[in-house]
Amino acid sequence: MSVRSEFPILQRTVNGKPLVYLDNGATVQKPQRVIDAIGKYYAHGNSNIHRGVHALSQEATMAYEAARETVRSFINAALPSEVIFTSGTTDGINLVAQCLGDMLQPGDEILLSGMEHHSNIVPWHMLRDRKGVVLKFIPVTDAGELDMVAFRELLTERTKLFSITYVSNTLGTVNPVRDLIREAKKHGTKVLVDSAQAVHHIPIDVQDLDCDFMAFSGHKMYGPTGIGVLYGKQALLEVMPPYRGGGDMIKTVTLERTEYNEPPLKFEAGTPHISGAICLAEAIRFIQQTGWEAIQKHEAALLTKAVDVLSSIDGVRLVGTPKHRSGVVSFMIDGVHPYDAGVILDKLGIAVRTGHHCTQPLMDRFGIPGTIRASFAVYNTLDEIDRLAEGVRKVKQMMA
Amino acid sequence: MTVKDIPTIGQEIIDEFALFSDWEERYQYLIDLGKDLPLVAPDQKTDDRLIKGCQSRVWLHAELRDGRVWFTADSDAIITKGIISLLVRTLSGQSPQAIIDAELTFIDRIGLKEHLSPTRSNGLVSMIKQMKFYAIAFRSIEQTKSHE
Repeated sequence: MSVRSEFPILQRTVNGKPLVYLDNGATVQKPQRVIDAIGKYYAHGNSNIHRGVHALSQEATMAYEAARETVRSFINAALPSEVIFTSGTTDGINLVAQCLGDMLQPGDEILLSGMEHHSNIVPWHMLRDRKGVVLKFIPVTDAGELDMVAFRELLTERTKLFSITYVSNTLGTVNPVRDLIREAKKHGTKVLVDSAQAVHHIPIDVQDLDCDFMAFSGHKMYGPTGIGVLYGKQALLEVMPPYRGGGDMIKTVTLERTEYNEPPLKFEAGTPHISGAICLAEAIRFIQQTGWEAIQKHEAALLTKAVDVLSSIDGVRLVGTPKHRSGVVSFMIDGVHPYDAGVILDKLGIAVRTGHHCTQPLMDRFGIPGTIRASFAVYNTLDEIDRLAEGVRKVKQMMA
Repeated sequence: MTVKDIPTIGQEIIDEFALFSDWEERYQYLIDLGKDLPLVAPDQKTDDRLIKGCQSRVWLHAELRDGRVWFTADSDAIITKGIISLLVRTLSGQSPQAIIDAELTFIDRIGLKEHLSPTRSNGLVSMIKQMKFYAIAFRSIEQTKSHE
């Protein structure tokens, strides 16, 4: 796609070869307009927000709150106050585990799945150890999809929260979140959707999905690192206790007590990542101007070709063959440790990720130490998939 | 049995690698080294010998015999194993003090420094640390003996 020229890093060479960047599941590269926005903020707009009466502070506050509105509109939240700026997906999930977790009782159940990233497992382990809640996991099928029969059995009146990834970072499986949420709602279960791997591939409408929370990261959607979003329904954010104490999240403080601010500021203690939020809005404008139709059409072509080309190589086995896939293809080469493949591909200028992808339970489920993962973004080309295939053949030849 | 000192072995390895003209030959050699050597028997790959890297796993075993430390090590990844075989070749059979003092600059000189970066998480950095810990432990055993 023509947007490729907007990404300066893609002009780089690595180990003397033109860079083929297929590690977009880990982080996505930034278009020039986002890089420029970072510099512009610090060169012209830097100020602390919300309490200053001077012009710079007012401008920065307006830009920060405009960014919140941009995010609101991007995910179609009902209110800007339902958009909390966090440091990323992990931070958002931890916020829910801490704040909603405080409202749970021992024996209450939390439903997760066997394909979750560690960041959607460990905060719940910590909550279980703190509060005595019970964790349940939806098993994953051989194809790398959720076992829907087990899901319906595991979902009961005791299930207070269901936290599920929209797209598996390891397998690329797109979970049927809309249907899952509808089922969960029948039991009064609150739902948190981890959209880290979805938000730059799939248009999102939180009101249509009817999820209670959604967490995602700026750096996986063409924005900066260190900024992310937690969407939460207003009614829940109002009753949840705050996450961290500090400035900005208060209305009044005496030596004896604190009166908390309203959401979202209740959950944004301290000076937030102001430039991060403003530049995330720029990344969203990049996505919007590129257009979902063009993005989805191009990424579908990349995935189709990657699946076809890789599975036609003798000795290559895809890990996960879901019906609905987004962004990611994971595979193994017979007799080759993923690390060895990653090292040789790197020498060829091809950046993939190897290992367990922070999903060790999923690797245990498939009985493998890890996979080789190629993950795509809008700027990847069909030729780069040919380069990957050549690289895989080279790995096979060298390891033979 | 006489064992060459660490700098001598390091120089030998540098000379061997100087024969290769590009990365592909270097890595093919490492792969061959890794394949040739079943360094640790499968039944000895126990958890107490396991050094967990994020990417590849490394097993390390050490013994003290006649004042020298003998290492055996292994990995599930072949390239890691190839580098391990170079480290074992260099450090195994040396005195505890020589291992503690070893600088292992040859790894850098043969263009494999990136494998010893902590961000690689391949277990090699932890393995070298563990080799040195063994040497420190064996040195203190030796010192205790000599004071008895």
